Amino acid sequence: MKASHYYLPAPSWWPIVGSIALLTLASGFILLLQHISAGPYLMTVGGLILAVMLFGWFGAVIRESITGKFNGQVDVSYRWGMSWFIFSEVMFFAALFGALFYARNLSVPWLGETPLLWPGYKATWPTVGPGLHGQFTPTAAWGIPAINTLILLISGATVTWAHWGLKRANRLQLKIGLIFTISLGVIFIGLQAHEYFSNDFSLKTGIYGATFYLLTGFHGAHVSLGVIMLSVILGRVLAGHFTENSHFAFEAVSWYWHFVDVVWLLLFVFVYWL
Amino acid sequence: MTTAALNLGEHSHPDGIQRWLTTTNHKDIGTLYLCFSFAMFLFAGSLAMLVRAELFQPGLQFFQPNVFNQLTTMHGLIMIFGAIMPAFVGFANWQIPLMIGAPDMAFPRLNNWSFWLLPMAFLLLIGAFFAPGGAVAGGWTMYPPLFIQGGPGYDMTIFAIHIMGISSIIGSINIITTILNMRAPGMSLMKMPMFVWTWLITAYLLVAVMPVLASTVTMLLTDRHFGTHFFDAAGGGDPVMFQHLFWFFGHPEVYIMILPAFGILSTIIPVFSRKPLFGYHSMVYATASIAILAFVVWAHHMFTVGMPVAGQLFFMYSTMLIAVPTGVKVFSWIATMWRGAITFETPMLFAVAVVCLFTIGGFSGLVLAVVPVDIQLQDTYYVVAHFHYVLFSGAAMSIMAGVYYWLPKWTGHMYDEKLGQWHFWLTAIAFNVTFFPMHFLGLAGMPRRIPDYALQFADFNMISSLGSFVLGASQLLFLFTVIKCIRGGPSAGDKPWEGAETLEWTIPSPPPYHTFGIPPLIK
Repeated sequence: MKASHYYLPAPSWWPIVGSIALLTLASGFILLLQHISAGPYLMTVGGLILAVMLFGWFGAVIRESITGKFNGQVDVSYRWGMSWFIFSEVMFFAALFGALFYARNLSVPWLGETPLLWPGYKATWPTVGPGLHGQFTPTAAWGIPAINTLILLISGATVTWAHWGLKRANRLQLKIGLIFTISLGVIFIGLQAHEYFSNDFSLKTGIYGATFYLLTGFHGAHVSLGVIMLSVILGRVLAGHFTENSHFAFEAVSWYWHFVDVVWLLLFVFVYWL
Repeated sequence: MTTAALNLGEHSHPDGIQRWLTTTNHKDIGTLYLCFSFAMFLFAGSLAMLVRAELFQPGLQFFQPNVFNQLTTMHGLIMIFGAIMPAFVGFANWQIPLMIGAPDMAFPRLNNWSFWLLPMAFLLLIGAFFAPGGAVAGGWTMYPPLFIQGGPGYDMTIFAIHIMGISSIIGSINIITTILNMRAPGMSLMKMPMFVWTWLITAYLLVAVMPVLASTVTMLLTDRHFGTHFFDAAGGGDPVMFQHLFWFFGHPEVYIMILPAFGILSTIIPVFSRKPLFGYHSMVYATASIAILAFVVWAHHMFTVGMPVAGQLFFMYSTMLIAVPTGVKVFSWIATMWRGAITFETPMLFAVAVVCLFTIGGFSGLVLAVVPVDIQLQDTYYVVAHFHYVLFSGAAMSIMAGVYYWLPKWTGHMYDEKLGQWHFWLTAIAFNVTFFPMHFLGLAGMPRRIPDYALQFADFNMISSLGSFVLGASQLLFLFTVIKCIRGGPSAGDKPWEGAETLEWTIPSPPPYHTFGIPPLIK
């Protein structure tokens, strides 16, 4: 049963709870950065409030969806909303890639061309920069990163396979597909963590380390979020949610997963390979 | 159509503070945005008064240089993120659903969130005044290495910007979705009121560039605390890279602050000229082309950092190119007024003044776009004059025009026309007294962001300061007029403005809590 009017939710406490959560989280982080011991506790409180807010708010939306409060127009709103959210994420990564390209192609070569400032500096990539010292081994593309590329590409296929299952009312295929996707995501995160621990360079290793860890780190955070979202979807599938025609939450998460996949391909080419 | 307000569940709402904390109603949230931005406008304006008090005479009068720098920096940050942008979002909340015949915004709860994130962000931003070392003092552009060397107040600013960014992105996604998906049947894109068009483009710009700012300030944070070298040449980074990233956000941000103002002008000028907007289609295309060009002009903010000549030339020409769509708009407004049956109520007075004064700011922008000239004028008061002509007499005075125009609809009362006209003339005259002399100061070489200056600049600075005190005081008259209108006044009726034809004038003033439950049919 679908509502005939656009659903207008009643007044809700969740947004203000979310605002308080973010303020608490940010304040805790700021204290942590000044090495004040209350910081981590405040961050924990903020994180807990945020978790409560997410459970409560998404729970409310799921109940509305199940009880048929949304019509087709609401569905279109969710599709636009998710698409533009992913676009904003694309721009977030675009700025980080922009920093990488600018450093590699412009600022590092310029540093090599100005003997007055840094005599004897050879501008190469990767580099720790002219003022820092130390040797490091950049990650080789055709080891773990290539395997990770394969893993994410397969996971993109398995989530689509799960979607086919959902559309054909084949719940078993849906569950298996989701479990495969989540497992591949977890393996990816594990391999990334292994790579992080075996690297002999860090965030502090000049512009190479900075761009490497910010790009792969934010990507890893997005994969982790994607795994959490896929797990929530799996939980909802096990609880019997979604029908062949009405399952936008599943589609939104799979869009997000494909987006994370594409970012990885760019990372593989520009951070690891070239 | 006046009965279009269908009972959607209930018209009732919680009372007192709970109403405002939990509201999912676009009119309530619009009101919250507008009140918040007014408060921030007065606060950031007071900071500017302190700046002008210091600059009243040469020599250090009231503030140490570090405090002075905090005042100019916070004046800029709060005016931009706290006053101008939220005011336009307030208009968007109130007007977009009413103008397109929608029952509310597409995501009413997210709408509440995008507002209530703002006070949290400003607690952090303004709270930085009380942090050890004080608030940010390196200019609103947050350039490293200064920004990397500051105290905890700088971290508070970074997180404030993150939270504001979340707020802007959520708000913009909501606005885009509302416009694309919630229009009444029959309202094609090319039948949308110009104000809705300008907000569609603005929201797109916001979704595109706020994440870039988030990335950029994150890099500042890691440079400050986690040992990265994004903006440090010793590690292979480059402080100029920050400027590129920042202005990739910052220039579209300029259009974010002016496009909704263009939308308000394009609404008001036809109404008081009693003629349809001249060249609606070319206005739409001009707005859309600004949306594209906005992304390829950013480096004109940094002509003197030492970029290759090819870069300077490219950004000079692209900047001049963007004057074309802006010119299209100015000509359209003038052509709309041409042979119209014009009356000059307060909204129209402000609108006409904006057309004149914004054009002055546009021309000084063209002057600054010329690389050899800019190399002389970079970081002088000429730049300060330029961006106040576009931001105060462009954006802020358009907001005032919009407030007078829609107050009768929002409150059901007419504002006091005499007080409105006093506010207009005081503002327009004091604005020019304040900022026009800054052109001369800049051409004579007075640098910006400096608490003291050479004796030859004394006269113009005193004139400017006197103007600014009148300008500041007249905004209290604005506050008084608005409060007076909210509390009472002659009944406005459904449509107080003879020439107004958009949908909001087909419903009662003030509108019922929920409107357009059944969408109106657009012919």
